[in-house]
Amino acid sequence: MEQLRQKAFEIRKYILKSLTAAGSGHAGGSLGLADIFAVLYFHQLRHRPQQPDWPQRDRLVLSIGHVAPVLYATLALAGYFPTEELLQLRQFGSRLQGHPGREHGLPGIELSAGSLGQGLSVALGMALADKMDQNDRRTYCILGDGELQEGSVWEAIMAAAHHRCHNLCAVVDRNGLQIDGSTEAVMQLEPLAEKWRSFGWNTLEINGHHITEIKEAFAKAEMEKQKPTVLIAKTIMGKGVSTIENDYRWHGKAPSEQELPLFLNELKNSLGL
Amino acid sequence: MNEFQNKGDKASRTGFGEGVKLAATKHKQLVGLGVDITQSVGMHFFAEAFPERFLSLGIAEQNAIGVAAGLALSGKIPVFATYGVFAAHRAADQIRISLCYNNLHAIIGGAHAGISVGPDGATHQALEDIACMRVLPNMTVISPCDATQASLAVQQAVESLTGPVYIRFGREAVPDFTDEQQSFEIGKAQRLRAGKNLTIIATGHMVWEALQAAKMLEKSGIAAAVINMHTIKPLDEKACLQAARETGRIVTVEEHQITGGLGAAVAECCSSHAPVPILRLGINDSFGESGKPEELMQKHGLNSEGISAAITRWLNGELLP
Ligand SMILES: [Mg+2]
Repeated sequence: MEQLRQKAFEIRKYILKSLTAAGSGHAGGSLGLADIFAVLYFHQLRHRPQQPDWPQRDRLVLSIGHVAPVLYATLALAGYFPTEELLQLRQFGSRLQGHPGREHGLPGIELSAGSLGQGLSVALGMALADKMDQNDRRTYCILGDGELQEGSVWEAIMAAAHHRCHNLCAVVDRNGLQIDGSTEAVMQLEPLAEKWRSFGWNTLEINGHHITEIKEAFAKAEMEKQKPTVLIAKTIMGKGVSTIENDYRWHGKAPSEQELPLFLNELKNSLGL
Repeated sequence: MNEFQNKGDKASRTGFGEGVKLAATKHKQLVGLGVDITQSVGMHFFAEAFPERFLSLGIAEQNAIGVAAGLALSGKIPVFATYGVFAAHRAADQIRISLCYNNLHAIIGGAHAGISVGPDGATHQALEDIACMRVLPNMTVISPCDATQASLAVQQAVESLTGPVYIRFGREAVPDFTDEQQSFEIGKAQRLRAGKNLTIIATGHMVWEALQAAKMLEKSGIAAAVINMHTIKPLDEKACLQAARETGRIVTVEEHQITGGLGAAVAECCSSHAPVPILRLGINDSFGESGKPEELMQKHGLNSEGISAAITRWLNGELLP
């Protein structure tokens, strides 16, 4: 538990550092997902950072490619590549593209993505392949809440339930915000859990910053042998830095050189570390 | 000179479907994706033979392309077919990012290409699919001339390519005239007829019509060479430039808009290295409509008579597109 909290803190630290070095990027969503990524990569996923193409590995599809900084920071801390490389985020010639791009060779990237609404379909294709091959590994997909306004996501939701892909687990980053403001003002999503449930998914609502709750939800998802599972994870955009928290203007912003030390300090204090 | 015989009319969608089944017999990792119109696009041959490898995904093309990407990332070879209008346009962004940017080996079949679809009308006649697919990095675009080559094309696409592939084919039974033994190689144009005055470069159903048009032109003393450009991307540039240099004039024929398709690809290629006059025959900036296939081909000048007449007028100095 404490160890995972510490990992989440380090993930957040590197998100801030890499974004500041880049001078642009998406701070809010990346910080908000740090606890979920800590649980996934340091507890839940079966994976081998030294052997990224291990055929038995669980796979994670990041549908919201714009929160690449949380994925990159986590992968580096897990040992896929040196943490120093995080400072090359978004630079010319870097393996750390603004949105994940496989062709640039960063280990641990399962899919080049960034156009919203596509990731769940790809994750479903992976889960279907594993079912055909009777491979018991699992596929995870990280979705944004605003992203759920894309119709194609619901095509995938319908198809995953139809094909009983219990080996598929989606996580919705329910921070309630998108670029133009609150999701409910831009395009209402509620009642969100009811929607997923009525589409045939095992639907769990959790606090996306509570390490134990996250761990337990993933464990419950694995127990389900019929339906795909979705964790609707309530999160705070920008979690850990009060200046950023819940401010939709920080969706697509990076801290400045001046802000960085203050933010790192806030981070330490807010997490009691 | 090679004379081509019609072995009997056959729809290229049937050829495509038979080719998928043949490829699947050899390649256990081939998976078929269905979006409701399975029989109409020729996928039923595969679906009936290999039900355990056929995934029904409903009328949801965008999801189907994403699923294809996920399957390809898991070592499968997905084959997805629907009408070209939906395949190339409805799921365009998924094709661009999930398939092409990830450079995944997946086959997209675009059925009901061109106006020869007939009575269904404009909504179901794919006339811009080549244009939209050929601008995508990593994508291969194939437009086979008959059922025999549609089968060979999909088998070869499964066997020897490694990236995304778009194969378009027609609805109607049309002359099936190529020889199974005749070497068909993706990316390599076939010169079906020699001639010194001009070269007709045709694709899809238009290859047969071009051969007939060349015979008509011969009677008025015009020797037209005919090239079957079954692969539009990567374009066989050598064949285009050779045609330009040897015959000095090129006519392109396609069941597609004259902007963005085969004619545009040939013109782009020749303009850099062998600029010669090029006449582009096809659909000129309009939608299709209902009618019998032959009525529509007649209206747009896409039968042998129309092609030979347009070429004659062009050679007489008339301003055509
Ligand atoms: Mg959001």
